[in-house]
Amino acid sequence: MTQEELQNLQVTKTVDARGTACPGPLLEAKKAIGTIKTGDIMEVLSADEGTKVDIPKWCAKQGHEYLGTVEVSGYFRIFMKKH
Amino acid sequence: MEQDVNKQIIQLEQQVEALKTKISNLENSRKDQLSMAIVSGDMDKVLAAMVISLAAAAMDTKVKLFFSFWALSALRDNKKKAKGKDLISKMFGIMLPKGKNKLKLSNMNMAGMGPLMIKSLMKKQGVLSIDQMFKEAAELGIEITVCEMSMNLMGFKKEEMIDYPGLRYAGATTFISDAGESSIQLFI
Repeated sequence: MTQEELQNLQVTKTVDARGTACPGPLLEAKKAIGTIKTGDIMEVLSADEGTKVDIPKWCAKQGHEYLGTVEVSGYFRIFMKKH
Repeated sequence: MEQDVNKQIIQLEQQVEALKTKISNLENSRKDQLSMAIVSGDMDKVLAAMVISLAAAAMDTKVKLFFSFWALSALRDNKKKAKGKDLISKMFGIMLPKGKNKLKLSNMNMAGMGPLMIKSLMKKQGVLSIDQMFKEAAELGIEITVCEMSMNLMGFKKEEMIDYPGLRYAGATTFISDAGESSIQLFI
């Protein structure tokens, strides 16, 4: 997906994990993904560079679809679709 | 000549069959599970063990931790007291850290200054505190097993261990059996 497509996604759930460091964002993502339906889009906000690399791996393991990352000033928006 | 070739083919077929059985055994015996033996009582190592465990649990990997020797200090509850200890056990009890918040750093401990600095840095950078890590671990169903032999050796008692859901006491065989069926095994 292009950066523009990512930014225009209809996001069902936003997880703001900017205040936490590894493995905080992953734990928050795990809790949040349970609250949405299959096919819904979730984004994780993280200021942590590591999370940007970790989330796609987490998605692959959990069977969710990693859609891409948008870098905003000082943090990342990491998008995924629940499967 | 033809007989020889046939013989060889039969032998090869048998070998392939044997390998197939072995592979299917391996595939079936390894679960999506992490087994970790935690022996070190250094704060940094216990922290690393907990971070790895939480990351694994976040990925729905079953986590089984086996605490042994010095790491048992991390499982002591500083509010609890155990009675009926002999002299050596009492000495061990006094000299070893009483609980996860009293652990020392393997480097830069500086008579207790180091752990305080690390804790304040962790807070500043949004890393879970060691207490929060154990709380999360409990919520995620991470299993903790206490090595009973080393607990007795170091003079600790069950009465002074933390309240943790499903905390169990077992021996090295339990670790080996858990580790044998795990796809990831670590020793810290």
